[in-house]
Amino acid sequence: MTGLLSRVSPQTLRLLALALALLATILFFATQIEGYLSPRMFNRISTSAAVVLPLAVGQAIVIMTRNIDLSVGSIMGVVAYMAGQSLGALPEMHPVLAVLLCMAIGAGFGALNGLIIAFGRVPSIIVTLGTLALFRSFLVEWSDARTITTASLPQWLVNLPSASAFSIGDLDVRVTVVLALVACLVTGLALTFYRPARRFYAVGSNPDAAVMAGINARRVVLSAFIISGAFAGLSGFLFLAKFGNITVVAGLGFELKSIAAVVVGGVSILGGTGSMIGVLMGALLVDTIDNSLTRWAVVSEFWRDALLGGLIMAAVTLDTLASRQLTRLRKGGTE
Amino acid sequence: MTRFLTPWETGLLAVFLATLAMNASFAPEFLTVQNQINLFQLHIEKIIVALIMTLVIINAEIDLSVASIMGLSAALFGTLVNAGTPGGLAILICLAAGLLAGLVNALLVARVGIPSLVVTLAMLIGFRGLARVLVQDNSLGDFPQWFTDLGQKGLVGPIPLSMLIFVVTLVLLGVTLHRSGFGRQVIVIGTNAEVARFSGLNVARVKTVLFLLSALVSALCGLLYAARLGSVRGDTAVGFELDIITMVLLGGVSIFGGKGSMVGVLLSILIILNLRNGMGLMNITGHMQTGVIGILLIASVLLPNLLADFKTRRRKDA
Repeated sequence: MTGLLSRVSPQTLRLLALALALLATILFFATQIEGYLSPRMFNRISTSAAVVLPLAVGQAIVIMTRNIDLSVGSIMGVVAYMAGQSLGALPEMHPVLAVLLCMAIGAGFGALNGLIIAFGRVPSIIVTLGTLALFRSFLVEWSDARTITTASLPQWLVNLPSASAFSIGDLDVRVTVVLALVACLVTGLALTFYRPARRFYAVGSNPDAAVMAGINARRVVLSAFIISGAFAGLSGFLFLAKFGNITVVAGLGFELKSIAAVVVGGVSILGGTGSMIGVLMGALLVDTIDNSLTRWAVVSEFWRDALLGGLIMAAVTLDTLASRQLTRLRKGGTE
Repeated sequence: MTRFLTPWETGLLAVFLATLAMNASFAPEFLTVQNQINLFQLHIEKIIVALIMTLVIINAEIDLSVASIMGLSAALFGTLVNAGTPGGLAILICLAAGLLAGLVNALLVARVGIPSLVVTLAMLIGFRGLARVLVQDNSLGDFPQWFTDLGQKGLVGPIPLSMLIFVVTLVLLGVTLHRSGFGRQVIVIGTNAEVARFSGLNVARVKTVLFLLSALVSALCGLLYAARLGSVRGDTAVGFELDIITMVLLGGVSIFGGKGSMVGVLLSILIILNLRNGMGLMNITGHMQTGVIGILLIASVLLPNLLADFKTRRRKDA
């Protein structure tokens, strides 16, 4: 047992446990809810997870650098609103341009966070707690109590959520899902193979060592927040596409959902570790539980938040205890 | 005995006097006793929680779950009273529930060793979720008359119970922090937990006590809030943690622990209360006020940093 444990890396073990948890959750609800394993339920969960996924990908990068971004929900709301406004005013805008515009607006807000954090040396939790409120009040002022409605949006955007990119058997994979998956995949590949992206890990696992190794830690942190903002912008676009009607509360509480996905996905809050496969599974698990509970007759849907909090706590506690146990086993093995 | 006020506190005092003067010139009724009491009353629950949060942050921890515990305790009270539980018993149960919530935080932070940021963020969601489970979409009222009277009317002359609790907590925690052995331990652990542990301090116990106290005070303040409003909902006190942490950090308490004083936090509370009151007098909406508080929070850490940078640069040039 000890031999096996020391050969499999803790990261792999974590992912395996997560995959099992996801499988167990799906199987459990399949026995509880009639018609659970259906294309409809697949669509419901996949499109809902697609909105959170980019947010979680950005959050993961920030958390890898030992920071946290609590403002992503507010950024997402602002972007969804502004994008809805711009598309209402310029319905001729090319879809690709619209997505890029969303990411650019998000990146702008992220840059503001990043500049204060990296160059003002203010802890990220303080800055983003502040901008969480600030960006939201900005949205309230900006919107002037007006709502974006589906009627004002161009037709392609209204049709987007129900458009399928391709089908696997009965399962239709929506375009929005593909968009989110691509964002996750590209980030994952970059974090593995693209040298500058490895700096996020370096700065997170040991900031001092990273600086001594010639890495400009401030710039790395700044870019992490810009990326997080840009992905929050992408989520804002997906949110706008999915719901169509945008009020000032758009994206409220999504920062917690993104952190939940990231932490459940095995990204250490202490920085330096984490993988995009983990984040993907984390986002899926959180959303599967979220969406299944609303359909489950036994427990009222009001339990969602309580269970979400419990789930995050359980994931982190297990992770902490397991990795401690593992270190102890390893030490025992080498002696 | 060091200086009476640190430079930061002197600055706060100046800002406080400035806001006071500005408000007084804007509205003549500002300086009346009733307005001053009202000004405290409007945010009294937050400022009481800010006092215990001061100790938690000086200890280099953070408790993001305070507002959710406030909501949970208020929701529990509403549920119990509407189910026919006598008010006094319901209060005791709510305080016990608060302690239990604090115990969960304390165990996970102090014993399991998970960063308090993560634990209390998860509990911010979890405890709020429990409050939602209890009251669902409803708004629960029908509190006993004496309960709402305690929240809304003066107890000693025009001074209500919550105000008295604030003053007592301020004095108690101020003395604990600055004049007691326990307070010393809080500060030492906040400065360097490793060194404190090797010096034989029981780090886990101090942290446990702080998280228990923080939750207990939050539960109490949840009840005060319920009494003042006369009803509770699932989102009662949601988002209060932002205001509370802002009050503490603006008071010059270091987010990295080890540094800070009750005097500073008291001054910062006074500034924020007067600022909000003043903005209210100028017809600035609640949302904008929250935005301003957000800026204040960032500025309270950013400005000292920039100032320090500026000083080092000047020293280098000289």
